[in-house]
Amino acid sequence: MASAAPVSRTASLLRDLRYLGVFTAKRVIALLLTVLVGVYLTILIANMGGQVDELRMAQIQGEVAEQVRGDPAFQDLDSEEREELMQRQIDLEVERLRLDEPFILRSFDYLRAAMTLDLGRAEQMHSDAGSRQVYNIIVERLPATLLLFGTANLLVFFVSVFAALSLSRRYGSRLDQSVIGLAPTSAAPAWFYGIFLILIFAFILPLLPSGGMVSVPPPEDPWAYAASVIRHMALPLAAMFIAQIFISIYSWRTFFLIHSSEDYVEMARAKGLPDALVEQRYILRPTLSPIVTSFLLMLIGLWSGAIILEQVFNWPGLGTLLFEAIGHRDTPVIIGSVVIFAYLLAVTVFLLDFLYAILDPRVRIDGGQR
Amino acid sequence: MTRWRDGLAQIRRYPSAVVGLLIIALLLATAIYAVTAIPYSEAQKLWRGGDAWQELPVNASPVWTDRIRGGEAPRTITASSDEVAVEREDLGAARLETTTLEVDFPYGDFPSEINLFLEAEFEQRQPFTRVHWRRPDGQEIPIEARRVGERDRFSISQDRQLESRLGFAPQIGLLTDAEPGTAEPDVLQGTYQLVIETVHFEEDARLHADLVVYGQVHGAFGTDHQRRDLAVALLWGTPVALAFGLLAAVGTTVTTLIIAATGVWYGGWVDAVIQRLTEVNIILPLLPILVMIGTLYSTSIWLMLGVVVVLGIFSAGIKMYRSMLLPIRQAPYIEAARAYGASGGRIILRYMVPRILPVLIPTFVTLIPTYVFLEASLAVLGLGDPVLPTWGKVLHDAQAQSALYHGFYYWVVSPAALLMLTGLGFAMLGFALDRIFNPRLRSL
Repeated sequence: MASAAPVSRTASLLRDLRYLGVFTAKRVIALLLTVLVGVYLTILIANMGGQVDELRMAQIQGEVAEQVRGDPAFQDLDSEEREELMQRQIDLEVERLRLDEPFILRSFDYLRAAMTLDLGRAEQMHSDAGSRQVYNIIVERLPATLLLFGTANLLVFFVSVFAALSLSRRYGSRLDQSVIGLAPTSAAPAWFYGIFLILIFAFILPLLPSGGMVSVPPPEDPWAYAASVIRHMALPLAAMFIAQIFISIYSWRTFFLIHSSEDYVEMARAKGLPDALVEQRYILRPTLSPIVTSFLLMLIGLWSGAIILEQVFNWPGLGTLLFEAIGHRDTPVIIGSVVIFAYLLAVTVFLLDFLYAILDPRVRIDGGQR
Repeated sequence: MTRWRDGLAQIRRYPSAVVGLLIIALLLATAIYAVTAIPYSEAQKLWRGGDAWQELPVNASPVWTDRIRGGEAPRTITASSDEVAVEREDLGAARLETTTLEVDFPYGDFPSEINLFLEAEFEQRQPFTRVHWRRPDGQEIPIEARRVGERDRFSISQDRQLESRLGFAPQIGLLTDAEPGTAEPDVLQGTYQLVIETVHFEEDARLHADLVVYGQVHGAFGTDHQRRDLAVALLWGTPVALAFGLLAAVGTTVTTLIIAATGVWYGGWVDAVIQRLTEVNIILPLLPILVMIGTLYSTSIWLMLGVVVVLGIFSAGIKMYRSMLLPIRQAPYIEAARAYGASGGRIILRYMVPRILPVLIPTFVTLIPTYVFLEASLAVLGLGDPVLPTWGKVLHDAQAQSALYHGFYYWVVSPAALLMLTGLGFAMLGFALDRIFNPRLRSL
């Protein structure tokens, strides 16, 4: 590692990049395969009762009927002939979509449609812009979810890591003891604290809005709009923060305590290095990859919690969408949401794998030359 | 076994663990009480609502909230015609019966509702009933006069005509001597009488009357919008929550552990398949899938439990157990077991799994509240079990009826407090067990 000549540095950077590229490509393929299997399982679950087929049959019948009735060329046919024509067209369509074939063959068609995000049409719901495409409905809601959960996760992550570092230095102090004492409160999920926060800050002391994302009507001025969004975000953010913070501080603290008793850290301390330097170079750096891994696991856990938290706070994101879809029994939207959730999880896993690769030198020397 | 006994003995040194154990014991006792006091079928029937609850007020707060506020709120008072004598007077072809129901009203606030439930026994001709209200100051207020069906009721507090005559809602106007239009009328305390005069046209005709003056508070937990006593749901929610949490935690941890051990023991493609399945499973979103299954098939709690266990088999825990089991595979005692000819299954179940069970105990204990809350989460989403009363369903009803907006805080607070108690109890015990069974943490 000590060779620091400029030429070899460029060469090693190139080599690193190449290995990183190979690693990334491998991971993308592996993850695509996992998403493929995951989505296929979802389709199997959703189709167990023949639901998807029934939906498609109904859709075909509706479309054909509409087409035949709307076409002026068929206007003067009598009803019997029209029925016959419609039946013929339905049969053609069934054959085209291979609905007469066994499910196992068609399931691969569904898989392809889901993987390419061709999620079909909603039965009853529509996006705010008026589209009936499930894809549009979901994409419209995605930014709200990303905003809320991205902010909350980053906040919890950074606060807990740095709080844990400082607690591990002062381990045994009263502050440390009280944080450990509070850790079991994380047994309750965020929506649970959300209910109480709404009770206190929206109803008993009406300081903050109880739900929604912006005030109604939305302010025209972009700054006022942002301020309104922040005011509406405060309570859900606080709920997620309270639900997560103590348990993450607790686990990070344990983790750092274990690592700060390693011999090389003791050695650095014995050399008289300043605390900040010991923390950065001797504790944080070697433990970065496990930190990132656990961040990933936390993210995954929070994605699933999203549904209820959004519903409690009436936050117009994916979770609320799923909840509304349940209310309408709108199967295509429900299946579409599951697929999108699977993709989101896969993207999360990939991003963190990628970070992991950058952080972990062993991935870079994967070639085995060293 | 000594290791287990040592562990249990050490629990006493952690106050949080003792508190946790106490909470769990309390919950278990409540669960056993609930199951013995109200049988399963009875609980389902009660929770379906209906006539069983007609004598309870709608959305009444628990009695203790009233104690805090000063104890002025009225309780529910009932008076039945069974308990009073009937005056009979013969009118030739008909018979006049006069029943006087007495209600002693000592409270500082008005009742929430007044109903008179009537049951008439007759063959052909319905009896005719006229009802008066007599205040303690002697004033008589006619209420209603009409024919009575077999099962009938006079909804006195919803009588619009009476309301316009009194100038107040009937449940207020009947219990005050204030002038109509007074902003804040005072309750006239004392003994009120409801005089029921019935003309029977048949020899054997009878009339049974129950007067219910509904209070504003009820029992230890209050009632919901369908007059159901929340105590039933909160009591029965305990065994349901514990059973769900326990079964789901056992189901997922034990299967996960066995599968991890199988992968480690056989290695090769078995291990590879298990590893890949785990990765797929991490990507499958549990809650949306549960939601999907709940919507498409059934919301039965047992189906949900099954799905949770099936999806939990290949959970992320496999990776952790695998790293713990890998060194054990090389241990000499396993070698010895192989030498005497133990089969793979025997080695996995008798030698590998028991070895890391203690490490599993804390995880297992902390998992229980996760599943308890999962069940509540599903119920809050409206996918609760259709027939069983659970804490989550109470929360869902409260949410659906905008309980917080209307100020029915008790409706949300009591199920939430029970959920929190369960969560805290198991988490506190689990955290302490974690330190006891994981020696690496013990010195910290």
